[in-house]
Amino acid sequence: MSAQSGKNGFELRKDLFADERDDNLNEIGKRIRRQDIEGHVTGRSPFYDDHLFDGLLHIRCVRSPHHHARIRRIDTSRAAGMDGVVRIVTGADVPVNLNTLLSLLDFGLDDEPVLSHAKVAYKGEPVAAVIAATEAQARAAAQAVQVDWEVLPHVLDVEEALKPGAPTVNETYPANAFVYHGKYDHQKLRYGDVDRALAEADHVVEGRYEMSPIEQAPIETCGAIAAQEQNGRYVCYTGTQALFFSLGTASKVLNLPSSRLHFIGGTVGGGFGGKVDSIHEPLAILGTMLTGRPCKSQWDREEEMQVGAPRGAERWYVTDGVMKDGRITARKFTGYFDSGAYTRLSSYAIIKGVGHLPGPYTIPNVYADVYCVYTNRTPATAMRGFGITGVDFAIEAHMDKVAERVGMNPVDLRILNAYRDGDMKAHRRVAKNCALVECCQVAAEKAGVRLSPDPLAATSMTGGGGPRGALPAHTATDENGRVEGFSSGSYAQKDGVSVQPVAASKAPAMATGQRAPGGGSTPPQGVSAPSPAPPAPVPSQPAAKKPARSGAMRFSSLSGFRRR
Amino acid sequence: MAKIPVTFTHNGTDRAAFADPGQNLLEFLRRGLGDLSPKYGCGQGACGACTVTIDGQTQLACLVLAETVQGRDVRTAAGLADGATLDPLQEAFMDHFAAQCGYCTPGMLVSARALLDTNPTPTREEVIEAISGNLCRCTGYEPIIEAILSVAGRRATA
Amino acid sequence: MTRHTGRGFAAINYPIGMNLGGDPSQALVHSNPDGKFTVALSAIDLGQGMKSVTRQIAAETLGVPIADVYVDTADSDTGPHDMGSFASRGTHRMGNAVIEASLEARSVMLEAAAEELEVDAGDLVTDGQGNIHVRGAPSRSITTMAAAQAAQFKQGRTIAGRGIFLVPLSDVDPETGEMSPVTTFAHAALVVEVTVDDETGEVEVVDIQSAYEVGRALNPGLVEQQLRGGAWMGMSHAAWETTEPYYPARDHGPVDFNHYVMPGPGDLATHHISVLERPAEDGPYGGKGPGEMCANPVLPAVVNAVYDAVGVRIDALPVTPEKVLRGLQANGGARPRQAL
Repeated sequence: MSAQSGKNGFELRKDLFADERDDNLNEIGKRIRRQDIEGHVTGRSPFYDDHLFDGLLHIRCVRSPHHHARIRRIDTSRAAGMDGVVRIVTGADVPVNLNTLLSLLDFGLDDEPVLSHAKVAYKGEPVAAVIAATEAQARAAAQAVQVDWEVLPHVLDVEEALKPGAPTVNETYPANAFVYHGKYDHQKLRYGDVDRALAEADHVVEGRYEMSPIEQAPIETCGAIAAQEQNGRYVCYTGTQALFFSLGTASKVLNLPSSRLHFIGGTVGGGFGGKVDSIHEPLAILGTMLTGRPCKSQWDREEEMQVGAPRGAERWYVTDGVMKDGRITARKFTGYFDSGAYTRLSSYAIIKGVGHLPGPYTIPNVYADVYCVYTNRTPATAMRGFGITGVDFAIEAHMDKVAERVGMNPVDLRILNAYRDGDMKAHRRVAKNCALVECCQVAAEKAGVRLSPDPLAATSMTGGGGPRGALPAHTATDENGRVEGFSSGSYAQKDGVSVQPVAASKAPAMATGQRAPGGGSTPPQGVSAPSPAPPAPVPSQPAAKKPARSGAMRFSSLSGFRRR
Repeated sequence: MAKIPVTFTHNGTDRAAFADPGQNLLEFLRRGLGDLSPKYGCGQGACGACTVTIDGQTQLACLVLAETVQGRDVRTAAGLADGATLDPLQEAFMDHFAAQCGYCTPGMLVSARALLDTNPTPTREEVIEAISGNLCRCTGYEPIIEAILSVAGRRATA
Repeated sequence: MTRHTGRGFAAINYPIGMNLGGDPSQALVHSNPDGKFTVALSAIDLGQGMKSVTRQIAAETLGVPIADVYVDTADSDTGPHDMGSFASRGTHRMGNAVIEASLEARSVMLEAAAEELEVDAGDLVTDGQGNIHVRGAPSRSITTMAAAQAAQFKQGRTIAGRGIFLVPLSDVDPETGEMSPVTTFAHAALVVEVTVDDETGEVEVVDIQSAYEVGRALNPGLVEQQLRGGAWMGMSHAAWETTEPYYPARDHGPVDFNHYVMPGPGDLATHHISVLERPAEDGPYGGKGPGEMCANPVLPAVVNAVYDAVGVRIDALPVTPEKVLRGLQANGGARPRQAL
């Protein structure tokens, strides 16, 4: 465990924080081979696609070629007659065709169809799914599905999307911004009085930063295989990063109790955040319900890159107030997360990001307005560093500019402003267990960066607390960005009503081995004629009561204790 | 669709199976033979997760028509071990923490084995060249390079 | 043409876990008749080592050798609920759940052993080698196998345990953003060295000298995997990757690995890693989660290094030759600083 020779070394600095650890444990702290490593090197580790089923069917989606368009008509008649095609699924076949991932956590409103039936809001949005005997047949038939589009104006830039008159991307949030607490079109952070501190600062340093959208790019693409099990259950082999998230989502949109779902996963070919969205599991299970046969839904590499949700882009404006000696006295942020057409997880990325501001520094005045913005692009989702990577890029690039402005070594500047044990943070909790100072010192030492005496002598355990641990005497607050029509008292709910799925239909009949249930109110092989208008933001049912707890699975407790 | 009979050697064993017209070797090995060690990563010949050897040469199974392996010698990661005894490369990958998710690992090992079979004492640059068609998103490659070099070194001094 | 060298610095911290709906993980542990243990989870191993780190935590807590523990995950019929593998939460949340479950199973195992040895269970310790003995008297011992057999075939005890670790939801104040986002933070700082070609605009990351604070390195091999691979990803994010090269326009989006490019094995930077361990008070054996934060400091450090090398500030990622050349053009050429 000592440092290896050469520049690629790895060392444990056991000398630091030594009195806070017991280093004499049996298994902890040892470089023990991975439990799964023999399976990996022999090719025997069971990934989701490594489960073979006789008669497996393949699902390929029909996708929007437009950024934003109304669906006038979907004509599946020609595709339905093609070789190998078993079934073509549209939004009308999905029992509960409106969802938002974080509804499992009572956060946000359902805003995204499984298969869109009225309009599309990004290029690549699925409007139908072809189920066929081979992948090639499914691809060919998906090409043959004809959609009559009415192209709509679109908006791709986050700041353009927030301007009055911008096209509404997502009818659930007509102003193109997620609604926080039923009250504001952004999440606020208010700590102290930033404007006053900026006015009193020796220097004001401004910057604008942009984080690119990034593909998670796991070598294994996202997907799932479903099959009938026994006793009316469905087994689903999945590459999900969150087994019960995917199970809960499938349970909700397919209107199936969790007892009828058997999810198996846990061995996943890379995720990096891109395998939380639970896109494939409901589709594969629905295919199996409708056809009675095992079904696989899997992205190819092109879909993984352009349809699969990326790490969303972010744009940040940062303004710092700095004193001549390098102390940062004020930091102000305006941030825009590009959520794409639907919410997925971006709404929470902002909560996480705001709790992280102003970075690992003790700054007495901090202000942030952070927006979750809808644009006509692929919805964003999680990726390694979720909610933090983009703003850390902004903060640390900005710190370099601050250092230059005040003429300080950039490492000295970090240590001078670093948070220490006992300091009050901007989210109003006292810092503990800090180690930024020591990380800065070790990195600088290794790189031969010479620090000034005070930063060299600093520690995370000393110099904090006292006046640095006190809340600001005065915090300036405001009601900017007030939104009407959403109820207060929760993160985001429409006032007084619950929003019903736009295309709710009856659950598909259980397949009994025949080709497809067909008939009845769902015209599976022919023309589906969606409503001419996009889904209305206002529910059709007046003032429905919030569903009782006996409804869809939730990973939260409505009546539960919420700590402050 | 008329099926195409294919007779070939798979990891040292004579096999006969039917391929679909146009079926690629990756699908043929996985679904036809049940050898799941080659993986689908892109289907475009760009990631290397499906790397196999045909007559000792590394090939991307997703780009090879199944019927073209008639009479040839195909080897995959599933055939690297000698019975219960793992290949020294497999042992080295285990010791060097050279796999995380494990999805690129079978293809990576096939490329590394093909290198060492023709060049038992490669330089670091030759190792890099040999695995440059195998993408890994987890490790940053360094542990993989070190694992391969450790086997090369062992053989060089043997 | 000149290749300019520059260095950049960045420091970060990173919150461990999430704050939505509460953030629970659950674990079940039970013993076979021969004293070998199975840990049943629904957590996901997507390469980060979930199976391996929970196995070590279970073995440590149970007091048995690592070989006597196997982690089975993720089957929804047998593994209890877990939020999932994201937010750097796995080691912290699931590790604590596994400790709780293992402690319960261990206490039954010790009671069974105590009955066989005719001593008080509170006087027993495990040696981590498969034996249970009286504290200070190693000769008065019983194997974990014998204890398990006695429990299950003589005494009628179930050697099993349940564990949950729940960080309850913290409300977020709409007016001030007051919240308890997480309970612990990991830390990092690093110096990146780059070269910038002032004719082609190409940036090469050549070296990283890092310090990562991870609470405790529960398995240094797994930690190194995350840090080395994560820093590689950070460098890739900084200077290579984007799904939309002309964001916010969607044109020219890559659809394969020939256009979505990442550093290959011939493009690596050397990286010397120092791991600091300041245990988290509520972490499993002090562990935090190194999986995500490892990439973050590399991005800003690279743009800071480019500025140090040629005097061009690039505030929109990724750093591309086009952006570097435009910056050089605007500045009337390279302005090497080499200030760090």
